[in-house]
Formats: sequence, C-alpha cells, structure tokens
Amino acid sequence: MINKYPIWKNLIVVGALALGLIYAMPNIYPPDYALQVSGESGGVEVTERTLRTVKKSLDDAGLSHFNPEIIDGKAQIRLPDDDTQIKALAVVERAVHDLPGDYVVAMNTAPTTPDWLANLSAEPMKYGLDLRGGVHFLLEVNTAKVISDRIDTLETDVKRKLREGKLRYKTVSSPAPRVLKAEFTSEDVRDEARTLLASQYREFEMLSVDDGLPAITMTLTSAMVDEIEDFAISQNIQTTRNRVNELGVSEPLVQRLGRNRIVVDLPGVQDPAIAKNILGKVATLEFRMEAQPNAPRSTTLGFDYEGRTANLERKIVVRGDRVIDAKVGFDPETSLPQVNITLDSEGGELMHRATRNNIGRRLGVVFIETKTRDSYQMIDGVEVKIQKPYVEKRVISLATVQAALGVQFRITGLQAGEARDLALLLRAGALAAEMFIAEERTVGASLGQENIELGAISVTVGLGLVLLFMLVYFKVFGIAANIALVANLVLLIAVMSSIGATLTLPGIAGIVLTVGMAVDANVLIFSRIREEIANGMSPQGAINAGFERAFVTIFDANLTTLIVAVILYSIGTGPVKGFAITLSIGILTSMFTAIMGTRAIINLIYGGRNVKKLAI
Amino acid sequence: MAENSMSDNASLNNPANGGAETDQEAWRRTPKKPVKIIDFMKYRKIAASISLLLVIASAISLGINQLEWGLDFTGGTLVEVVYEQAADPEEIRRQLDNAGYDGHVVQYFGSERDVLVRMPPQKALDAAQNARLGDSIIDALRTATNADVSLRRSEFVGPAVGEELANQGGLGMLTALALVMLYIAFRFQLKFAFGAVVALFHDVVITLGIFSIARWDFDLTVLAALLAVIGYSLNDTIVVSDRIRENFRKVRKGNSFEVINLSLSQTLGRTIVTSLTTLLVLFALFFLGGELIRGFAIGLIIGVGVGTYSSIYVAANVLVALNISKEDLAIPIKEGAEDPDLVV
Repeated sequence: MINKYPIWKNLIVVGALALGLIYAMPNIYPPDYALQVSGESGGVEVTERTLRTVKKSLDDAGLSHFNPEIIDGKAQIRLPDDDTQIKALAVVERAVHDLPGDYVVAMNTAPTTPDWLANLSAEPMKYGLDLRGGVHFLLEVNTAKVISDRIDTLETDVKRKLREGKLRYKTVSSPAPRVLKAEFTSEDVRDEARTLLASQYREFEMLSVDDGLPAITMTLTSAMVDEIEDFAISQNIQTTRNRVNELGVSEPLVQRLGRNRIVVDLPGVQDPAIAKNILGKVATLEFRMEAQPNAPRSTTLGFDYEGRTANLERKIVVRGDRVIDAKVGFDPETSLPQVNITLDSEGGELMHRATRNNIGRRLGVVFIETKTRDSYQMIDGVEVKIQKPYVEKRVISLATVQAALGVQFRITGLQAGEARDLALLLRAGALAAEMFIAEERTVGASLGQENIELGAISVTVGLGLVLLFMLVYFKVFGIAANIALVANLVLLIAVMSSIGATLTLPGIAGIVLTVGMAVDANVLIFSRIREEIANGMSPQGAINAGFERAFVTIFDANLTTLIVAVILYSIGTGPVKGFAITLSIGILTSMFTAIMGTRAIINLIYGGRNVKKLAI
Repeated sequence: MAENSMSDNASLNNPANGGAETDQEAWRRTPKKPVKIIDFMKYRKIAASISLLLVIASAISLGINQLEWGLDFTGGTLVEVVYEQAADPEEIRRQLDNAGYDGHVVQYFGSERDVLVRMPPQKALDAAQNARLGDSIIDALRTATNADVSLRRSEFVGPAVGEELANQGGLGMLTALALVMLYIAFRFQLKFAFGAVVALFHDVVITLGIFSIARWDFDLTVLAALLAVIGYSLNDTIVVSDRIRENFRKVRKGNSFEVINLSLSQTLGRTIVTSLTTLLVLFALFFLGGELIRGFAIGLIIGVGVGTYSSIYVAANVLVALNISKEDLAIPIKEGAEDPDLVV
C-alpha cells in the first residue's frame, strides 16, 4: 500500500480548488456605492449628455465621484461612501429634473470585480433582502373573480348567439363556477343549439342533460381556465413592472409564484407605504371617437398624441374594463404586424353601435395613468422636494374605422415595435385582475447591514473553533481536514456565486452549520484510521482502509441529509430556501473536499514512503 | 461493564467482506490499543423509559400548551422599531390601546431601545386595511411620542399564506420521514429503517416539546432547523447502523447485544466529536448570530443534543426490540446462480 494518488486525481483536486478560488474571488472586492439614472419610460433615453449633467451637478455640489459610465442604457456613477450617496441622490434628482423627459434616480451598489474576473463571468454573490434591506411583497391575484367575470361575459354572449340563431331558450345561467347551463323547451331545439354553440365556442366542454327540461351544461375546459388565469397574471405582472420602474429601484424582481401569486422584491426601498401606494395604482383605457372638425368645443377634449394634440369626443365609447385581450398578430394578407383586440360582449355591442355609422372616422385610445411628479419649491428659504400625484392622459392609438367593429377587431398598419408596445399598453390599461397583498416583509437597511456583520462574525468564530478543535484532536490529519474545510467554504461560495444563488440570513446559518457538519466525513475517516491502527494495521494500510471503509457510510449519511435539504427547498419560501440551498451545496462540496481533497493532502504527506507512526 | 478487547469476541476474518480487506497480515496482528467496549445495552431499559417519558411529556405539553406559533403561521403583523432612548413597553401598550388595536404583544427585542410589536389580524379592519396595519402602527407610535421611532423591519402575513405554510411544513416533515425510511429500507433493511424513523420521531417530538414547554416562538426558521435536525440525526443514526450491519456480517461470535455494544463503542468517538464540532458552530451562531437567528440556533442545539443520544440509544434499542439478527443482514446470494436447475 503506497497511498499515492495518480496525477489526474491530484489535477482534479487542484483544478477544482483553482476554479473555486477564481469564482469565489469576486466576493472579496467590496462593491462601490453608486447612483443609477434611467429613463422612466422607454421613450426617454440616457445619453452622454445626461451623464455630463449628472457629473456637473455633483461637481457643483462638491461631492466626489468616479467612474461615470453608461451600461445597458442606464447611467451609473460611483461614490466614495454611503453618506455621499444619500447627498448625491438629492443633488442628482434635482439636476435631472430640469432635463427634458422623466428620469428615475436609484441608489445601488456597483460591483468592483476586476476585469479579468468579470471576463470569466465571475460575479459576487447576490444578497437577499434580509441582508440588503428592502421590501418584499407577495401579491395574490383574484383569479376566481377573473373566471367568474369571464363566465358572466360568456353568458350574455351565448344568449345573443342563441337569439341570432333564432333558437328559443328558457334560461341561461351559471349554476356553479366555470359552468353555464342553458335550458330549452324541446329536445330538438336543444340539439340544434348544441350544434351551433359547439361550432362557436371551443372553450367549453358540452354535455346534454335532462333534469326537468332538456338542457346543455357547458363547462370551461381546464386548458381554457389556465389560459385565462395565465393571461390575467401576466397582465398584472406587466402592470406591476411598470409601477415598479417608477419607484426607482436598481434591481427589482417581479416574478410569478405558483398559480396565482406574484413576488415583488424591492431592494433598498425603505418605506413600504410609498411602495404600496405606487403598486396600488391602476392605469385605465378609454376608447373615444375623434371629434368632427366642426364639433363645438364643449363636446371635445384635447389629448397629447405623439407630441401633437388630438381632439377627441367627450363621450366615451368603451372603457378599458371591457377589454379582454390585446395581442400582437399578423395580417394574413399583408403579413404586417397588427394588434388583435377582444372586447367582452357588452363592449362589443357598444363598439358596434358607435362605429357602424362612423366608418371612415378615426377612433382614439386614451391611456390614463396616475403618476407622481417631483417638483421643487422654496419654503422658508430652503428648496424642498415635493412629490405630487397627477393624472396623465395620452392617446396611444388613432386609427381609421374601416368597418363596423364588434367583439373582435384589429389595429393594422403598425411597425413591429409599435404593435408590441401598443398591445402592452392596451393590456396594462385594461382593468387588471384584482390583487391583494398576501405577505409583506420590510427590512431596514441598518438591520440588513447588521445581519451581514453578525453572519460574518458567526462564520469566522465557528470556523475558528472547529479548525482549532480538529488540529488539537487529529494533529497532522487535523491540518489536512482543516485545509479541506477551508477549501469547502471556498467551493461553497464559488458555486453559490456562479449559479447566481441568493445569500440570505438563514443561508449564512446554513454555511455555519455546514462548517460544523462538513468535518464529520473527516472525523469518520480519521476515527476509522485510528481504529485500524489500534487493530494492528500498518500505517499505510490503515490510511487506505480508513478512506475506503468510511466512504459508504459518508455517502449514505450525506445522501439522506441531501434528501431532507431538497424537501426543505421545495416547501420553503424565500429565506428558508436560502438555507436549503447552502445546505445542499455544502453537502456536495464537502463530500468532494473531505474525501478527495483530504486524501490528496494525506497522500502528499504520508504516501509513497515508509511510515512508522501516524500523527493522528 | 465488559472490557473485552475486540479480538476476544470478534472474528475478523470474514469471507463476506473479503473484497475490502487488503492487508490480511496486519489484521491478524495483536492489537495495541483495543477499543474499550461499553455495555450500552445494559442500560437500554432505563434509556427506553427516559425516552418514553420525554416523548410523553412533550406530547402532553404539545396537546395542552401547543406551540407558540410565530407570525409565519398565524398570519398577522409584526413591527420592530428602535427608539432613541430606552423604551417602556407598558407605555407603548397604552399607546396602542388608545389607537384602538386589539391583542397586541409588545416586547423588547435584543435591547431596551429595540421593541417588537406583534398583532393578530384586526377584526375591525378589512383585508386591505390589515395589510397596511404595519404602517398604521408606526404612525400611531410616532404620533403618540415625540421620540424618534425608526423602523427596523415589518412583516405582514395574510391568513391564507400562514395556513399554507403550516400545511406545507407538516407535509414536508412527513415526506422527509417517508423518503428517508424508504431509502434506508432500500440501502439497509426494514428493521433499520424502522429504527431510524423512530429515532427521528423521538428527536422531532422532544425538540417540539421543549419549544412548547419553554413557550419559545415557532417560526419558519425553527421549522427549517427542525428539518435540519432530521438530516443531522439521520446522519448519526446511519453511521451507527452502518457499523452494526458491518459487524453483524463480520463478527462470528457474540449475540446481537454484544455486536451492538461493540458497534456503538467503535463509533462513540466519532459520534461525540461530530456533535461537538456541530455544537461549537451552533453556539457561535447562538451567541453571535443575532436575535433573528437565535430560534434557529436553539432548535438545532436541542435537536443535535437529543439526536446524539437517540442515535446511540433509540435506533439501537428498536433494533434489539425487533430481534435483529445475523440472518437479517446476510448478503443475499443470487438465486439460481450456482444451484443446478430442476427440469421436468
């Protein structure tokens, strides 16, 4: 037994450690404090000029700054400390206020990863809200209401279809959610109605029943229910994103969670009340006919339309809550992009009435939004920032009516980008599904900073204690285990950084726990080696037997712990998931370092020579 | 306590394990430092009574006191604020009463300036107003005092979410137990799986019981700790089971008591060392990790303590009770591999 590792095994260990060091390294460069300036809407662009304005305002205020740059259409400027950052925020907000267009200024942190690391796409770990401070919302979309609204619309629609088909029905009603029931006086009419309805509605599963009166029950297919819900949620996500942009958050997260929830994470936001006010705002739409040139002033209203003024009638044809869908499509004849709009049946009726006698006139869509505007006023000789809500109304589409419109119509003659933007706005402005806050967590910035510090101290002290213990208890072998333990920590951080996992406070607890538990594999191996020596085995034989025999045990023990960690991940929310992630990665990396890593070191120390006694 | 050296009752030359034995000569040499065998199983009845007593006491407390469910599970609002000077909880309670709030709990959190206010969902308010309760509480505290009150954190959990988390937590716990039992039954043998699950159940119930008796808050982080306890305790139990299995196959002489005693003695050093390193880091976390992580640390400290004991006594005890024997662990011979066929 010589206990020498073949070269390739040593190379794997060294290679893994080298990679680990590279990808863990960005975490040792503390990020800079920075400000980020972006346009509030797509139309406002950040240019070199914006950047110059920002620089000049900071120079004038005597605030030092460095490294101004434009990244992904956003201006970023770095500042020496957090104190300067807060002062600079006010200064920069004031400066860009005077520029044409609306800008959002956000505080953020800019990574200081050196270029050679960034080129290897090595990035520092992301911090969770409990470490950065910020607001977390869990919004729940009332999808049941969305479905029942759709059933209501379909009910009116079905009645109209039956009337148009001259089929006499007794009643059409909704006896249960997702279900419509139509009753008829005779079976013949019922069967005829079924054929008609089946050809018109692919969203229903139809069933002929006979309880008293011949009837059809129509149940929304689950695929249709999913589609309606998905649409409602993606619409709400879009609306929420638009709102969040207004908040000036550098890295917001808006994401669907499960069937009917939306997670909103707003790092750095300190006042949940302001966030709630802005998230709670809804945009709306109004369809109005363009005013006739000779119309009296009292019956018209002027709106902004791409910089010009469009005069529309005061009378509203249809409101946004009648819009069910707005999608980008293509004209089958010209294959040019278009926007397909679907109204509910009542909306279709109103639209039909308004357009049938107005072919050739133009129909405008007005987008209405509540926004906040910063203004600056002198109060007692001091300039104070005042936030005022205001309603912005603008025309997003003005198109000529070519035919009497109904439930479905389309806006053609658009460029690809225009069509997409218009569909987005139409959806955002159509009444979004009702949403309420299911969960909210706010962590103050000071608490976040404190959590980072406490976490770092815990990891350091915990690690120190374990290193000391292992050294005293296992001597030379303890050194090998300690090197492996530190390597494990490096690998754990490297893996977390490179897969973009988020570090949370429970995640730090997971790291601390991993430090304590990771040595278990080495303890098992070393105890076994001691035992084998006690049994009279030669030192080299004992080393080999210790590693070989302990492997199965380590494997079984770690795999079961991994099962538990995976379950924890699947049931946990935010912070607990963080714990499960660090625990799982820690288990995997520790198996590598404790078995292969330690073996490589021990082989290096004892392998290939005649050893009389092991320092264990 | 029997103090036999290992070679007295252990025959180490087992053909079934032949593959791993590389240094046959060394094995036959007289051991220099024999493993001291402790007669653990002599006290198994006392241990079983203690365990049973603890589990029953925990169950009674869980039945009567239940758990002090944290905000994550009950739903409601929590606000942590910092005052410039030491705050008086009595005064804050009065302020909240005056503002018309019900059922609030006010307590210090870490220091005398740091105050935690917890409030169940307010019946007088609708859902939207309840969601904004945190903001209203801070406003109420700010207007009631002229002192500077700054927000450290606020949490609101809606009733649906709380219930869901509790259900998911329970479900997760059961899934974990079931999967682990399956894995051990597959890798070891059903009796071991049973022993491991009884040990896990024992650890979880006692840890919960202590939380119930001490009336400590049971929140999501404690649930995470509990699942980690399952993982840890399992780790311990598997190490011991693994050695019992190995010795049953290797040691020819000796009854199951002696084999289990031998196995427990051999793994005792490892069991204690690992528990010690884990407890070292957990105490570091407990004392230095801050208030938010303390519940998690306590849960794990208790769990690791109980888990260490249970891996020695509970799992092995169940094996003895189930009459574990060599036959249970014989390496199965492939059917028909060597036997001649009988053909009609």
